Amino acid sequence: MALQQFAPIAALIILAVVLTFIISNISTIFGPSNNTSRKTAPYESGMQPIGVGMRRMPVKFYLIGVLFILFDIEVIFFLPWAVVFRDLGFYGLAVMGLFFFILTIGLIYEWKKGALEWE
Amino acid sequence: MTFNELSWEALAFGAFTILTLGGALGVVFNRNLVRGAVWLVVSLFGVAGFFVLLSAPFLAAVQVLVYIGAIGILFTFAVMLTRSMTNLSERFNKQAWLSALAAVTLFLLILLAVIAPIFGEIAAPSSEVVATTEDLGVALVSGDKFVLPFEVASLLLTAAMIGAIVIAREED
Repeated sequence: MALQQFAPIAALIILAVVLTFIISNISTIFGPSNNTSRKTAPYESGMQPIGVGMRRMPVKFYLIGVLFILFDIEVIFFLPWAVVFRDLGFYGLAVMGLFFFILTIGLIYEWKKGALEWE
Repeated sequence: MTFNELSWEALAFGAFTILTLGGALGVVFNRNLVRGAVWLVVSLFGVAGFFVLLSAPFLAAVQVLVYIGAIGILFTFAVMLTRSMTNLSERFNKQAWLSALAAVTLFLLILLAVIAPIFGEIAAPSSEVVATTEDLGVALVSGDKFVLPFEVASLLLTAAMIGAIVIAREED
């Protein structure tokens, strides 16, 4: 495959990296810097920060992460199928229907168990 | 293929090699595991670039979506779930030598597998036909190719989903 096809993507990535670097550093380089303890304290919406910054996260974040990966992979399987969907006809629909059905069982289980709730 | 294109490819290969190896070194030498996870993302991005160079743009997209997008986040969560893993003070324990031995052995074996074919009869370059996303879609559902693994994959995903819910929501 011709590498030139990826030139726009490469340009986008380079632009994003360079722009991020400039934006995040330009005020440090050119701005005045007279730090006080109040200024360097972590911003906590006007409240006094309590405890350490790095504490353990609840496990439900991890559950959301795992479920996100699983549906992410499902989408990955959908993508090449969707590209040739019209050529495959009814057979392709049936095969993907079974795939989707089995995954929907998992989704229903997840829903009924309340894994999608945030309590 | 012109020389110009070839040199661009070599340049990109070098850049992706630096990203992959540099990111991996960042993972190994960083004491803060959260920063290590960010370095891992850099390394995985380099691998995505290799997929582009290997004429597998779909896999490159999958690499970015699944590995950088999902696995990277999951690694960060896993680190933040674990107590005091963000500031690791004990770096060496009694398993260090054993794991170093295992890692070096594995590396040498992989290196052997990569280098060995070069000294043998050099295989003819594979055909110019490049597998596209369309080919992948057809192969996934065609009866004489991957339709069974494809359906089993959905079972595997469902099992993983149920397992994650059962383990993470043990308390209720």
